[in-house]
Amino acid sequence: MAEFALPANSKIGVGQTYKAAAGAKNIKTFKVYRWTPDDGKNPSVDTYEVDMDSCGPMILDALIKIKNEMDSSLTFRRSCREGVCGSCAMNIDGTNTLACTKYISEVKGDIKVYPLPHMPVVRDLVPDLNVPYAQLASIEPWLKSTTQPPTRERLQSPEERAKLDGLWECILCFCCSTSCPSYWWNGERYLGPAILLQAYRWIADSRDEAKGERLDQLEDPFRLYRCHTIMNCTKTCPKHLNPAKAIAEIKKLMVERAV
Amino acid sequence: MTDLRTHLSRARGLGSAKSGLHHWWVQRITAVALIPLVVWFAVSLVMMSGADYATVRAWIGSPIVMVLLILTIVIGLHHAQLGMQEVVEDYVHSEGLKLASIIALKFIAVFFGLAASVAILRIGFGG
Repeated sequence: MAEFALPANSKIGVGQTYKAAAGAKNIKTFKVYRWTPDDGKNPSVDTYEVDMDSCGPMILDALIKIKNEMDSSLTFRRSCREGVCGSCAMNIDGTNTLACTKYISEVKGDIKVYPLPHMPVVRDLVPDLNVPYAQLASIEPWLKSTTQPPTRERLQSPEERAKLDGLWECILCFCCSTSCPSYWWNGERYLGPAILLQAYRWIADSRDEAKGERLDQLEDPFRLYRCHTIMNCTKTCPKHLNPAKAIAEIKKLMVERAV
Repeated sequence: MTDLRTHLSRARGLGSAKSGLHHWWVQRITAVALIPLVVWFAVSLVMMSGADYATVRAWIGSPIVMVLLILTIVIGLHHAQLGMQEVVEDYVHSEGLKLASIIALKFIAVFFGLAASVAILRIGFGG
């Protein structure tokens, strides 16, 4: 049956407070989710007072400053710091987004930073994304063709190529999937918006010869049809893509081939 | 039970059911059908406000009203049970309870659909 209360081991307590250095004038307070598998304790929210006069403009800049100067135990993923790798996806000020492209100045008041929702937590802000990665593998995200490969590139008209715009830009940060209630309740059976957008990226590719098989693999009450057009995915996407539309396009193709 | 399956095995699960379009498509078609039917039903009720028992009975008994009323109820119940099944599939994660709930929903929809149809026909054909 549905669970409406948090399990006892996920009740979040109040953690430590790290004050800014004396004399800091421009202070912004960060409330950061902390949990480690090592001590058997419940999660807690630590408070960091960050001196904005010596901090970069992005949330990720503040997290790196905290790790460098205040608390080296704070754990998070980051790599490119410019919104192309998708590593620093987390829940900031109640919305899933990339810490590296979210301005600190956009958030009014204290800045709450949590891991992506409804995923197992490895530690602090690091979610376990093994299942979504495996779901990506399950849709076989590569070009499939049984025609003898040409001796040059596989040709595609500019119009055919344009159909991939809004799809290829996805960086697989999983902000969308982890914002989706359907993915929360049925995360192992519903593929979620990120994977369905990836699936549609290959269905929409004029060079791919496996559209029918791809649609066969998606036609399932859970894999595809758990989407109820809630639109959290599109609202939260830090790359301003539209996974809900990609899912709708898949549903339209399902009708087109049957009716 | 400790789950030692690989992530890919969990993601693939039992494979695609290769169905689901029909449920989704019928839900949309019944929704479209219900738009005019529900408007007609609501307008009819408003226009008959204050009417006496005999007038309403005569209204129900006219052939076109019988057809539209039975359509509204049967299509409405079909649409409702399809939607409720979605809700159950979303939130109920115990396989036994899920199956029992879905079967019960179908039984309830068929029972009330038939009961309402018989009642309308009985008025129409003078029971």
